[in-house]
Amino acid sequence: MKLSVFLFVLLLSISISAQDEPSDTDPAIIVPDSELVVVAPVTSLIAEDHKYDKGDHIDLSWVPSIDDQLLDGTVIGYKLYRSANGGEPVLVEEFPPGTNAFTDDGVYSDSTYSYFIAALSENYAAESNRTAPIAPEVEWLNLHRGWLFLIALIVGGSVLLFINAAKRGTKLFVRKIAGLEAVDDAVGRATEMGRPILFIPGIRDMDDVQTLAGLTILGRVARVIADYDTRIFMPTSRSLVMTAGRETVKAAYTAAGRPDKYNDDMVTYYTDEQFGYVAAVDGVMVREKPATVFLLGAFFAESLILAETGNSIGAIQIAGTARPAQLPFFIAACDFTLIGEELFAASAYLSGEPMQLGSLKGQDVGKAIAMLAILVGVFSATVGLAWDIEFFNDIVEYLSDVFSAR
Amino acid sequence: MRRAIPLTILAVVGTVLIVSVFLPPLENLGEDFTLFFDIIAVFAFFLGGGNLVRIHFNKLWRKRKDWGFSIVTLFGFFFMLVIGLLKIGNPGGIGADPTAEGSWFQETFNYVINPLQSTMYALLAFFVASASYRAFRAKNREATLLLLAAFIILLGRTPFGVMLTAWVPESWSIAQIPNLAVWIMNSPNLAGQRAIIIGIGLGVVSMSLRLILGIERSYLGEDRG
Repeated sequence: MKLSVFLFVLLLSISISAQDEPSDTDPAIIVPDSELVVVAPVTSLIAEDHKYDKGDHIDLSWVPSIDDQLLDGTVIGYKLYRSANGGEPVLVEEFPPGTNAFTDDGVYSDSTYSYFIAALSENYAAESNRTAPIAPEVEWLNLHRGWLFLIALIVGGSVLLFINAAKRGTKLFVRKIAGLEAVDDAVGRATEMGRPILFIPGIRDMDDVQTLAGLTILGRVARVIADYDTRIFMPTSRSLVMTAGRETVKAAYTAAGRPDKYNDDMVTYYTDEQFGYVAAVDGVMVREKPATVFLLGAFFAESLILAETGNSIGAIQIAGTARPAQLPFFIAACDFTLIGEELFAASAYLSGEPMQLGSLKGQDVGKAIAMLAILVGVFSATVGLAWDIEFFNDIVEYLSDVFSAR
Repeated sequence: MRRAIPLTILAVVGTVLIVSVFLPPLENLGEDFTLFFDIIAVFAFFLGGGNLVRIHFNKLWRKRKDWGFSIVTLFGFFFMLVIGLLKIGNPGGIGADPTAEGSWFQETFNYVINPLQSTMYALLAFFVASASYRAFRAKNREATLLLLAAFIILLGRTPFGVMLTAWVPESWSIAQIPNLAVWIMNSPNLAGQRAIIIGIGLGVVSMSLRLILGIERSYLGEDRG
């Protein structure tokens, strides 16, 4: 008898000490029943495969605990547990009260998962039912992006269509861009004054399309510079831009029949540090006093410092960037500014080649789509809001869905 | 061949990245290619550093104009290189993080480079003033409009602007200068910015297609025009 009492006490103490250490897999905390703040579990917990992904997401939704819906602060949060391939459940995420949905992005398509949620009070955890096992599926086509695909197809198709039309000899009208019309004059001015031309390609690397746009313009400008036999200096803040810039300038000098005039010192690297680069370039401007400064690429806070220094030395400045925040600075401090899309159009415009100009015309179809969508959207939003007409509100919602597809 | 290989790489990578937007199993390819780019850029850094040293040594050797600045540049370059590589003053020794607190490398960064960068950035305040002075001169109708908008926004963000039109009744709250400033920023300004952004998006599409199709080759020094 004594032995059985001893064994009972021993087992009881072991079980209590095991329960004293709450783990992620067992959220319940043992307290006297009278002090427990019991809450209802969440209901209708559903796990569904996330649509149009590569099998690495599961969507979960549930109805919060009824005690949470009373908003009396009884429920202090939720814990979501996941069990993979029938194994031990592990804590995935903790949520504040009121949460009713979550997307789990820590899953793989070759496993099955089941979930449960514990609704927590200050000393009690009410577990929900477990979901049925689910395996996330790999989808090969993202139909969420169907509209994006269609718009990309129309815009891209129009660009190709106009390129083909230009190939066949169709005359295409492209409006004059003042900044690009001034390139020859700007280079000529430097030649007459016997001063160099400074070409600043921005501070981003070759993986930025603005830098690439700057280099395509450099190719055209360097050709004119080589023809005029003027000096060009191109300080860069990225080693790869330096290498690409050298190739571009060298090829332009070769194409102009003056390969002997080219030397590597025309394109040089200073530093990756933003303001270190600005200090170096400002120093070059003040000492060398270039007659013409091109600022074409990606610029940030340094845009105005560079442009104002160029302005102070009396250089003719042609700037261009696709960063809307920097455009006002260039407009204020430079003689000509290529605004946004003009930067990307510049090389095609300067080449005058029909195929390249055709690609610019293709953009107009995209603009027409944008204008139509804006007009319909603005009209529908205005009418829908003013007279609360469901049809127009639906149009606004639909357009939002189409243009915010991710 | 020298042109064909980069053009082929560009066409293949460009096409794959466009397609990957619509194919979920390939959607991480963009990140992978960014990683490849970073690896290439690290190697290119040696080119940049080497070029900097070569040019300034050359300038110094030949005593070209302003060669004194080259001494400063080379001293700064080698000083940072040596104290960074040898971890001079680093409390953790040669195996520690070069940016550990107390190391010469970090101290030089904190007490020399950082203040110098802040000094350059601070110049912006003066340049904004001089650029604004030129931009806001009422030379014509558009410039007058710009001046007026700038004046309202500047005033709307000061306590004086709030005080000036505090008497305007709530039913006409749009006429209060702070609200007018918010309206200018959120409506005409934002509409203009979005128009520019739409244009930029289309410009990027058009230019990318020119590059992928090999029509645009001027960055390779080829002029087909």
